[in-house]
Amino acid sequence: MLNGEERELADGATVADAVVLAGAPDVERGIAVAVEGEVVPRAEWEDRVLADGEAIEVVHAVQGG
Amino acid sequence: MPSRADSGEATATWALGDREWSSRLIVGTGGFRSLEQMERSLEASGAEIVTVALRRVDPLAQGSITDVIDRLGLFTLPNTAGCYTARDAVKTARLAREAFGTDWVKLEVIGDDRTLLPDAAELLVAAETLVGDGFTVLPYTNDDPILARRLEEAGCAAVMPLGSPIGSGAGIRNPYNIRIIVEQASIPVILDAGIGTASDASMAMELGCDAVLLASAVSRAADPELMAGAMRSAVVAGYAARRAGRIPKRTHALPSTPDEGLPDL
Repeated sequence: MLNGEERELADGATVADAVVLAGAPDVERGIAVAVEGEVVPRAEWEDRVLADGEAIEVVHAVQGG
Repeated sequence: MPSRADSGEATATWALGDREWSSRLIVGTGGFRSLEQMERSLEASGAEIVTVALRRVDPLAQGSITDVIDRLGLFTLPNTAGCYTARDAVKTARLAREAFGTDWVKLEVIGDDRTLLPDAAELLVAAETLVGDGFTVLPYTNDDPILARRLEEAGCAAVMPLGSPIGSGAGIRNPYNIRIIVEQASIPVILDAGIGTASDASMAMELGCDAVLLASAVSRAADPELMAGAMRSAVVAGYAARRAGRIPKRTHALPSTPDEGLPDL
């Protein structure tokens, strides 16, 4: 599950692949990722392989009080 | 020559967290009709700190709020808006730390979506957890002096009592409680939520608050840019008035003109 929607990723896909699939306009900054509710630091995006059925949240800044 | 109220005397820096700030107005970025309008308004407000929220990436979103904030050289204060439990607020704060590289957080833990009032029990648990995690915690709280004290004891960097519910524009409903919170606090007190117009912001400062945080009062005004400038002046005026020492309120008149020397006509 990627941002609440069921999405297909190749076997061995990493968090970095999920960030691209999520469609972030700027992947370089201002983005954070949680897998199964736990933050995955940017430095680990390339290495963290996703398992089938894991819930991934990719978030960024929006307007808010 | 600028008046003393407009000059350095009334705009002395204040400490929040481990930093010094010049502006005593913090602006939330929610509610603006466009990023362009937000940018003009933030500039007019003179604010140095602005709040943002974290939401799922939207591939169709136009423009970037991060670009605007960077262009204006402002400090990003992420919030935990939309969280109803300590657990969710703590996780959101950790995501924000990763996204923005800041351990500052405006901590909001809401009780229900009709009042948007803080859930005191969850708020205190979240604050304790995040302070333990090394965060600079700025909690949005009820105008409750006891809860404010508990948040200070938990290690929060400031307390941010509401004037009235978020977005209500109802002003400061309980100035007595705000005054008590100010009297007992040894950390900054930031009036957060409920500001409707400039006089509300002035009143917060006259009550002794260190700063004012507002969003809707500017972003949903008919002319946000104009209101942003009004709020900037209101905070400066209220702070100067507080330091100037107002006259006591009296029931009867006290002439300012002497009776001596009145001609007998």
